[in-house]
Amino acid sequence: MGSAMQVKLCGAASGRLGTLVGLGRSGAAVLPLPGCLLYTRTGSAPHLTHDTLQTVGGVPAVAQITLPTLADIHEVLEEYKEGAAKFIGMPEKVLYCSLHDPVTPCPSGYNTNKTVSLWGSSGRIEITASKFMDMQRAIQPDWFQCISDGDTISGEAGRKRAKKSVDRSLSFLDACLQILEKSPELQRSVMFGAIEGGDTLEERIRSARETAKRPVGGFLLDGFQGRAMAKETKLKLITSVIAELPEDKPRLIHGVGKPDEVLECIERGVDIFESFFPFQVTERGCALVFSYDWHPDPETTVFMQNGTQDLEKNDAEEDQGEISKADPEMTPFEICLKDKRYQDDFGPVLEGCTCYCCQRHTRAYVHHLLVTNELLAGVLLMMHNFQHYFSFFSAIRDALKDNKLDQLKELVFRQALQSPANAKPGQ
Amino acid sequence: MGGSGGEPAPLLRVVAECGRSQARAAELLLPHGPVPCPVFMPVGTQGTAKGLTAKQLAALGCRLCLGNTYHLGTRPGPELVQQAGGLHGFMDWPHNLLTDSGGFQMVSLSELSEVTEEGVLFQSPYGGGQILLTPEKSIEIQNALGADIVMQLDDVVSSTTTGPRVEEAMKRSVRWLDRCIAANRSPQRQNLFAIIQGGLEPELREQCLEAMTLRDVPGFAIGGLSGGEDKGSFWRMVKLSTERLPRDKPRYLMGVGYATDLVVCVALGCDMFDCVFPTRTARFGSALVAEGSLQLKNRVYAKDFRPIEEGCGCPTCQRYSRAYLHALLRREPAALHHLTVHNLAYQLKLMASIRQSILEQRFPQFVRSFLSSRYGAQIPLWVREALEAAGIPLE
Repeated sequence: MGSAMQVKLCGAASGRLGTLVGLGRSGAAVLPLPGCLLYTRTGSAPHLTHDTLQTVGGVPAVAQITLPTLADIHEVLEEYKEGAAKFIGMPEKVLYCSLHDPVTPCPSGYNTNKTVSLWGSSGRIEITASKFMDMQRAIQPDWFQCISDGDTISGEAGRKRAKKSVDRSLSFLDACLQILEKSPELQRSVMFGAIEGGDTLEERIRSARETAKRPVGGFLLDGFQGRAMAKETKLKLITSVIAELPEDKPRLIHGVGKPDEVLECIERGVDIFESFFPFQVTERGCALVFSYDWHPDPETTVFMQNGTQDLEKNDAEEDQGEISKADPEMTPFEICLKDKRYQDDFGPVLEGCTCYCCQRHTRAYVHHLLVTNELLAGVLLMMHNFQHYFSFFSAIRDALKDNKLDQLKELVFRQALQSPANAKPGQ
Repeated sequence: MGGSGGEPAPLLRVVAECGRSQARAAELLLPHGPVPCPVFMPVGTQGTAKGLTAKQLAALGCRLCLGNTYHLGTRPGPELVQQAGGLHGFMDWPHNLLTDSGGFQMVSLSELSEVTEEGVLFQSPYGGGQILLTPEKSIEIQNALGADIVMQLDDVVSSTTTGPRVEEAMKRSVRWLDRCIAANRSPQRQNLFAIIQGGLEPELREQCLEAMTLRDVPGFAIGGLSGGEDKGSFWRMVKLSTERLPRDKPRYLMGVGYATDLVVCVALGCDMFDCVFPTRTARFGSALVAEGSLQLKNRVYAKDFRPIEEGCGCPTCQRYSRAYLHALLRREPAALHHLTVHNLAYQLKLMASIRQSILEQRFPQFVRSFLSSRYGAQIPLWVREALEAAGIPLE
């Protein structure tokens, strides 16, 4: 592989502060670590056009595209020949292609020793390692996840199924590495090996060790999506897996997006996350308002307090049963702007926020757009939620730089406990 | 804006006139900045132009857009919009706005609407009982919304209605105009337009024109058309109206937005147009081009790597191909935004080209070349007749 992708660590006291360098066709793009990817659907940032995405601050240099949303235009991309980045109108972005979409989990029970099933817009598509690599040749991503069997997240998988997921994924990896060597179109593309093994520690460790032996560009921690696995188990597995991985290669995790969970993974050495979480928040008509301003300096702490107060209000009003209609998936990091209490709230979505939505519009306006089902609601919320989430990652890096990750973690965890909307099953 | 005491400044400044037809290039001198005419006004029904941000809409060159009184009057309601600094403040739109009277939607969207001399009685769509919209109430709501141009409440009948109801509606619209003029609390900042009615009957239109042009209003709209009537009657009613409207005031043809209709009606002397067509058709996957439109959901575009329109220059055409939009349309709402941007860009560019050709005294040539790319030799009869009557014979 001609890849020059590499992690450069800055040697901060805790976590892995650094940069991922050598990205993209020119090798000039960088992704600050810990960092996140720009979530896209069919190659488009949800709800956003190029213009509206341009006004979002801190957009990562790397966009995540998902194979199921591109699988049924495989032929089109083959004929196009110039790769997905240009096709989707993002020629300047580095593209990472994942096997699945983080927001749309696949039905369980369709993978075999030779195939993995994807669900495209026209139904199930069964792909082999060779078909998978054909698709990558047409997409020409800068970086992609190797095809793997991650069908262990239902919580009923068991040891035998966990072993199978590792065996199959390693055999897919070997097949793909062979094809990769013989694919001139993919010489500048980096392939990540997926670490599987469900909730079985030995299998996770075996998967990590075996994958690390192979010439992969980095590692994907897969199979941690969903809530079936107890949080303690999840964190223990992540710690054990990371211990097996070389320092100089990046570690990406799929399916972890909530701010508190992101921080727990960063502490354990995970470098890269997705950004489907702000999209999910947008889809339920909510806005991220959690504070990540860990600075002890009172001058700078003022500006985010309005958000924190609103989260407290979430608490207060829950007692009166007023937000009982709210989405059960709602987290304590957000407020629901569909709620009637915002109909005459002429403040910005989040005081002090510099995003397009907060600079120009009020909660009352966004509330109005939501209740009248206007498309602009999704646009404005997506702009705000993306920018807030990207800034959160920037705050994480600042905290690591100043050796203040604990302060940031304490602040975020305090908010995580604030609202009863946070009732986590199994705890 | 001048002092409050003197003569009201004229709303329209004619910049150039076509030597052959009635077409004119002008400027509307509105409180939130001048608007070049002829102008197409995108419809932002509920305080938003269908998924576009205010910044995107302004970047496309839009300086006057429309909000619907009926929708905004029910949700979020006039009091709330007023608290937010009017509709301009509520939607953060620094340019001009026009609001309709709400009457049209009440007749078209409500079951059980009844028109009496007092006003329009309709069933509230959000529960509760009946609501009576009087001319005074319509203006009160529009005063609260604060648009730069406000419309009188008129008695709307379908353009295909015939018989005494048409005459009754026309005469009532004249009486309601007087009530609206009297009710307008901010005539300096909110320009009230009269709406010419009279269906497809020339004598009734003439009577209405005669009565309404006696009133001192800043502008006139031609109403009651574009409702499914035959095109022959349509253009004749437009021509009859523009001929009798004062030269120095803007003429707004309501509900017209097909490209051909725009070109023909500019030739007949209209200055302003509005229509949901470009934005609504975008949501059905249809992209406007010189030849007509492309149904981008159609499989023939799956591998078509050209932009919607070569040389278009809009943000969509600069970045995305028909093939990508085809793929995106099947899955993502962002696809609709791309098409809405393109279609509004198309519409606004069409108006800008029309205006430029009038300024350069080549409007007739523009009309011919427009029709030839759209229809080749198959120009519809009504278009030829209308243009001939307007002084632009084709061949």
